[in-house]
Formats: sequence, C-alpha cells, structure tokens
Amino acid sequence: MNSRNLIGRAIVLALLFLGAMLVLTPFFWMLSLSFKSQAEIFSPTISLFPDQLQWDNYRAAFERTTLLRFLVNGLVVCGGILFFQILFALPCAYALAQRRFRGRSLIFGLVLAGLLVPFHVTAIPIFLGLAELRLLNTYGALILPFVASVFGIFLFRQAISAMPVELFEAARIDGLSEGAIAWRIALPLAMPAATAFAIFSVVAHWNDLFWPLIAISDPALAPPPRGILYFRDEESGTDVGPLMAAAVVIVAPMVVAFLLAQRRFIQGLAVGGLKG
Amino acid sequence: MRLIDRTRAEALANLWLAGPATVAMLVLIFIPVSIVALLSFTDYQFGARSFNWVGFDNYLILIKDPQARRAITNTIVYAAIVIPLSILFGLLVALGLHSVMRYAPRLSAVLRAAYFLPVAATLVAMAVVWQMLLHPNLGLVNHLLAAADIRGPAWLSDRGLVLYTLAVIGIWQTVGYNMVLFLAGLAAIPEHLYDAAEIDGANRGWERFWTVTWPMLGPTTLFVVVVTATGAFRVFETVATLTRGGPAFASDVLVYAIYREGFVYFKAGYSSAITMVFFVFVLLFTLAKFRLMESRVHYR
Amino acid sequence: MIELRNVTRRFGTTTVLKDISLAAEEGSFLALLGPSGCGKSTLLRIIAGLDRPNSGEVILGGRDVRNLTAAERNVAMVFQSYALYPHLTVAQNIALPLAMRGRSRFERSLIGRWFPASREKQQEEIRRVREIADQLGIQPLLERKPSQLSGGQKQRVAVARALVREPSIFLLDEPLSNLDAKLRVQMRAEIVALNRRIGRTFVYVTHDQAEAMAMADKVAVMLDGRIAQFASPRELYETPVSMDVAAFVGLYPINFTKAADWTALPGGFRLPPGSLPQGKQVIIGIRPEHLFPDPEGPVRGKLVRMEYQGAEVLLDVRIDGGTLVKAVAPGDWQRAEARGDLRLSYLPRHLHVFAAGSGERLELARDGQHEDERATTCG
Repeated sequence: MNSRNLIGRAIVLALLFLGAMLVLTPFFWMLSLSFKSQAEIFSPTISLFPDQLQWDNYRAAFERTTLLRFLVNGLVVCGGILFFQILFALPCAYALAQRRFRGRSLIFGLVLAGLLVPFHVTAIPIFLGLAELRLLNTYGALILPFVASVFGIFLFRQAISAMPVELFEAARIDGLSEGAIAWRIALPLAMPAATAFAIFSVVAHWNDLFWPLIAISDPALAPPPRGILYFRDEESGTDVGPLMAAAVVIVAPMVVAFLLAQRRFIQGLAVGGLKG
Repeated sequence: MRLIDRTRAEALANLWLAGPATVAMLVLIFIPVSIVALLSFTDYQFGARSFNWVGFDNYLILIKDPQARRAITNTIVYAAIVIPLSILFGLLVALGLHSVMRYAPRLSAVLRAAYFLPVAATLVAMAVVWQMLLHPNLGLVNHLLAAADIRGPAWLSDRGLVLYTLAVIGIWQTVGYNMVLFLAGLAAIPEHLYDAAEIDGANRGWERFWTVTWPMLGPTTLFVVVVTATGAFRVFETVATLTRGGPAFASDVLVYAIYREGFVYFKAGYSSAITMVFFVFVLLFTLAKFRLMESRVHYR
Repeated sequence: MIELRNVTRRFGTTTVLKDISLAAEEGSFLALLGPSGCGKSTLLRIIAGLDRPNSGEVILGGRDVRNLTAAERNVAMVFQSYALYPHLTVAQNIALPLAMRGRSRFERSLIGRWFPASREKQQEEIRRVREIADQLGIQPLLERKPSQLSGGQKQRVAVARALVREPSIFLLDEPLSNLDAKLRVQMRAEIVALNRRIGRTFVYVTHDQAEAMAMADKVAVMLDGRIAQFASPRELYETPVSMDVAAFVGLYPINFTKAADWTALPGGFRLPPGSLPQGKQVIIGIRPEHLFPDPEGPVRGKLVRMEYQGAEVLLDVRIDGGTLVKAVAPGDWQRAEARGDLRLSYLPRHLHVFAAGSGERLELARDGQHEDERATTCG
C-alpha cells in the first residue's frame, strides 16, 4: 500500500461521503423540521439540530389530520392488492410453467404484452368502468384495477419453470390436486420470487399518487401520499412542523423496512425494473 | 365410475388455474388499451351521453397547440437531463462503492443504503420536503446561498427554472436505483479479467476502467438506460405535488397532462390521445428493454 | 398385475413409443432397460398416469385405468432426483401422501385440522410414518429437511414416501443413478428384498444392464421406442434376439465378426456343419468372457494389448482376417511379452449367429454332441 493509493482512497471516500450527505439532506431536513417549533422554523438563522427535541408537531399531525387513517388505508390497499395479485397470478404462473395445454403460449404472449402497458394507459377506461359499477370512492376502486399483475405472473412463472418437473409429478402421484400443488408446493418453493414481488408491489402502491388522485375524492379513503397532499393543501404551507412530522410518519414504514431488510428490498425493487 | 373423462378434467384444471388471471388481464389491460385507442379519436367527455368521432383532431391539437405541445417537449427535456446524469452519477457511485467494498465492506454497505434511501422513500412525502428545502424565503437551499451572498431564485415558480429543478429531484430519486444495478453488473465482472489487463500493461485505474470495466458493463448500461428512460417518461408525482404543471405549463409533462385533461377537465377523448402518445414513447423503451433481456434471460 | 396393450405415444411428429405390449405378474420385479432416449421413462410415466398414450391400453390389477389420475391408480413412484419436497421435513414428506388420501379437504384445512376426527387421523399418520421410518432405518432423520440429507438418505426417504401408503405398484425411475458405486450395490439388494417382503409389483427403469440383470425377474430391453426383447435376465444373456440386444446386455461389449459365409469364418471360428443354410451372410458374436487363451485353441491372432484387472486380464487380439476382438483370461494368466501370437478358444454354444442384414438372431440346427466339447483344433 503506497501513499498514492491512500490518497486515492481518501479522495474517493470524501466524494462518496459528500454525495451521500447531499442525497440524505432532504431526510435530515425533514427530521429536523419535524422537531422544531413554529418559531424556530421561521427564524432567520438555520440549524440542522432543533433547539430542543419536542414532539408537539407529531401530536399535532395525528390530532389535526386523519394521519392514522391514511396509514390504515395504505395498509388495507397494499395488502388487498398484494393478496389478490398473488391469488390470481400464482395458479396461472404454475399452469404456464408446468402444464401443457392449448392456449398456453397465447396466454404467456398476453403476459409479455401486458408487461409493455404502464398502468397510466388504462386509467381512463378503468375509471369509466368503475364509475359505471358505482365503485369510485371505495377501497374497491383502489384495489380492483391492480389485481391482474402480469409482472407477478411473469416472475412466478420464471421461478416455477426453474423447478424440477419431477417434484410436481411426485405431488400428483401423492394425490395433490393441481390447485394444491400450486399453493402447497410451488408457492413455498417460489418464496424468494414471492418476496421480491411482494416488496415491489407494496412499495409501488404505498407510494402511488396517480390512481388515488383519480379514483377517490373522500379523504377518509386516502392512502398516505394522497393524504399528505390533503394535509398540505389545507394548511396552505404555513404549518410546516406538523406537515414534516406527517411526512416522517408516511416515509418511515418503507424506510424502516428497507433498512431492516436491505438485500431483499434492493432485490425486489431491482427486479421491478423488468416491468414496463 | 367417473362422470367426466380425464381430458375433460385436465382442461377444467387448466381453466381453473389460468382462467381467472387471463380474464382479469383482458378486462384490466387489453380491453382498456383498445378503448383508450378508440376514445382518442372522439370528443368524449366524462359524464357525457354521447360523443362524436373527430378523427385525428385530438392529436393535431397536441402537436399544433404550443401550450399542449409543452407536455411532450417538457417530458423529453426532463428525460434528456435525468437519463444521462442519473446514469453517470449512478455509475460513479457504484464504482466508488465497489472499490470501497474491498477494504471497508461495512462502510460501503452503509453508504449504499444512504444512496438507495430515496428509492424506497415515498416520493410524494419527500417532494413535500423538497418544497420546504426549495422555499424561496425559508428554504434551506436559499438560506445557504444567502450565506454565500447569492440571492436564490424561486426554484419552483420560475418558468425558466422549474423543469430543471424537477429534473434535479428526479436525479436525486433515481441515482440510487441505477447505482444498485451497476453494482450488480460490477460484481459480475470476473476478477481474472483485471489480472489479465494488468499483465497486458493496463495498470492504472482509468486504463483498467476502459479496457475491462466499461466494456463488461455494456449490457448493464443499456439496461439501465432503458429502465431510467421509462421511469423518466412517467414523471408525475413531483409535478403533481410541487407545480401542477405550472407556472404557465412550464413544467407540464405527459402523465400530468393525462391526469389534468382527463380527470380535472374531464376531456376523456383528448386525454386518451395524450395517453396514446405517452404509450408510444414507453412502448419504444420497453420493447428495447425486452430485446436486451432476450439476450440474457432464456424463455422456455 | 400390469398389462400394456399396444401402447403408442407420440410427441408432435416423433413417435417415442411404438406399439408396446407387455405384462408383469403380481409381485414380480420388472425392469425396463435401455439407453437414454429409448422411451423407457415415458413408458413408466404412462403406467403412473403422469402421461397418457395416444393409443393402446394400460391395465392395472385387471382394470383399464385410462381415466384414472396418477393418485387414483394407487401407484407409488421413486424418482431419479428423489423429488423430495424441499420445504417439508422428512416426516412431513412421508406423511403428505397419507394426509392427501386419508383426510378430507376440510380435515386438512387450517381450521379443520384441529377437529377430533382429523386429530385422530393425524396421530395415525404419525404412527405410520414412524413405523416406515423404523423399517428403513431413517428414524433419526425425521425432523430434518431434505437439503440436510446425503444421497443415500434421500433415497431411503423417497422409498419411505412411496412405501407409506401401501401402493399396489411400485415404479422406480433410475433410483440409484445418483448414488456412488458402493451404495448402489447395497441399495440394489435392499430394493429387491423390499420387493420380496411386501410382494407388490415393481417396475424399475434403468440404463444400467448390470442393475437390471441383478434385480429383475424379467427385463424388457427397449431400443428406439420398441421392446426389443422381453425375457428373463438369463435368456437375455444367453439368447439375445438381435445384435442390438446382445450389444446392450453383458458386462463387456460383445465381439462381432462378419463373415461372407458360415464356412468361411474369420480367424478360425467354426460352426457345426449343416447348422445354417448355405450361402447366408452372417455375423458371429461372442462375448469376451467366453473367449479365452488356449495354446490349442482354434482361433489364431496377435495380442495387441493387455489390461490387468486383478480378477481377470483383458486382452485385445487382432485375429486373422484383421478383426480386433476382446478376450478375457483368468487373473493368474501370465505371459512374458505383451505382444505376439496368441491362440484363443471358446465353447460352440457361446457363439451367437445373427443375420447380416437385419441383425436378427439365427438359430443353429444343433446336434447336442458338440455342446460341451471344446471346438477341435483346426488345420
């Protein structure tokens, strides 16, 4: 190890730290503001650390808005979407991967073609359809459009294709029905793919604003991103502390989950790049 | 004695397994896409009882009307900034972290988590934070600039600036994602190639980069380009949260235009035309991506 | 009892099984022997009900099972890869077929499994699993996952899973090919013993002729989608119906030498006079283990190479006429130099004669007197 190398390392590390600081600034600032009093926020001097740690903003955020409700909505919507996505995708993926039947390549073709279609493209007709069914402004409106995940089918199919055929034949001989094979054999073995897909799906829908903006107007149904905009617009930007506290609360679940399971999280989101 | 023979039973099993998903795909993806395509040639408005066929009128407005056109041009400008810069930074960070990994793996992992954080964080909430950071009078950014005796601009309400501000936020959000893809690409480069390059005389860092790293990252880079491009063309959350396409359409983008025209002004026909334009853009990128994947993933 | 009648199976345009008919008696041990790609595994999967023939009948225990699923046929199968469920413990692996048969859908469900009737059945399942595990000596492995087992242990678990529900037919698809040589020989004996003990019909697919010969009561040699010969191991070895079968069966590859006429065999081979019609082109086959050095022997040649193997010595001999043949000498056979002239001898009854064109066996019109004598020295 010579000195030139050491200097090189020092420069690289310094730059990486600087970049990381820049990237993290919004997070620091959000935390910082969420703990500052109104007076401190509007004072002309700036400091990263609040004078004193005070939880008033958080109390205000929960008291003055239905923040808790937003979180519950997010949970219901993400959970509902994921449940139905797997319910539809897994048996189909199993059939595509391990069974031979007429129309199989046609259905797989549909799956591949479906990967090309971003959700935004289907928004108008789905909105019309939900309006026709009088489902707008319900949880159903937030969940239903996403139940057919071609991406889920694709991921599961790839995973199940890689499993040995003999395993499924053994299961047939052991008396498992085809449905039982899908749920009792294929799903447990496809857990890595299922985890990646679950992370991808939950993050995508927890963070989505586009569809909630369209499908609901009732704040009581708003998932977190839609909710925080209601909050911001009501307060017209003056009540910064509680707004930042609300932002912290909304960002926290995904960030904490990410920090706890970094590898899986990164895998799940990276695999999402395959989707159109 | 069985009531149905096995061929029938097998067919039923297939129907039961694959049928629901197939129907759902048709109802939720393929039928809507065809309806959008049809609607884009009508003047249909949400709630209206009837509509007229208007041919290519909606598309012509989109091309001819200078205001409407901004949605397209802004999206392209935004993408043209975000794509190269987020890829460049993503690559630089990945190279840095990859080298740090050799002598300080823990530190490298911590830094990686830091860079990836914006990808996991809810963008709308973070956009609200950015709004505070960029506030003309109270924001941290202008405070810091003031400390250096620079009068900070109104980042989000200056017509000339707003799109670039959004692009910076876009880059901030995407760098971590690209970094992760590049890190995976770097990890896949076999060590012995560097040994070979060193024997061949390429022993400086940048020589090794150009002889081994960059060529070996080729497929990864192409993949990152298309993924970033599709992401950039879908920019919506920051626009909807921070500018609503304003001021004066200076930050209008395709997806926001779809939302505004369709769901604020209820012009379903016109919005469908914007949707189709957006679709074509995304389709081109996604098809390119599939071509790339085919050379790496093997379908059965 | 298994009976196949005219079973044909096509995949697209290729026919992998051509008009297969065979029968196995209750409790017998049947081997399907053939090189990879001969269709033996497809045939096994058709018997199991995992695949279905395009035409023909499968009759198990006297009834046509065309409309029965694999589960309903009450067959058990041991796969080459063992196909143990990786996410279940050994005990759960063995119990699964019992649960699928013994308990109703409700009794298996999350709620139903707590009901007394289901609890009782579960107790019974556990008892059965222990019993089987005891029999196969895998009791200590019951709580392990398949990934924690050695090849031989996996093999036993796979057999246990097949055994536990007392199937009427046992199907085994190359079950020993992933084991090392020593274990393979041991498991051979165990599987045969199992067959004798439980008295069920076994169908055993293998590409290893030694396995088939050692284990089976009857062997169906399958070549290119057909049954080339269906016979006992001894018949296969002693009277192969064709050159292909002769070549496939036996430890050492059989020697073939071509002859324009039976009267003009190369290297001093002779056939009893009048045993074949005049002027027929034939191919003579003789197994290396039936060709041995003998200073008085009728076959003359030159030793090209020898390979000492302990129990025996393998000889490469170029006989007069140019054909290279292999011969086997006893292990204590000595010779000063590794090259040079050598005479070989054989018993006439060990000569196989095939028609040159079709490769079919030609029966010699033998008069018994030559049977046990050595061929007399010629000229």
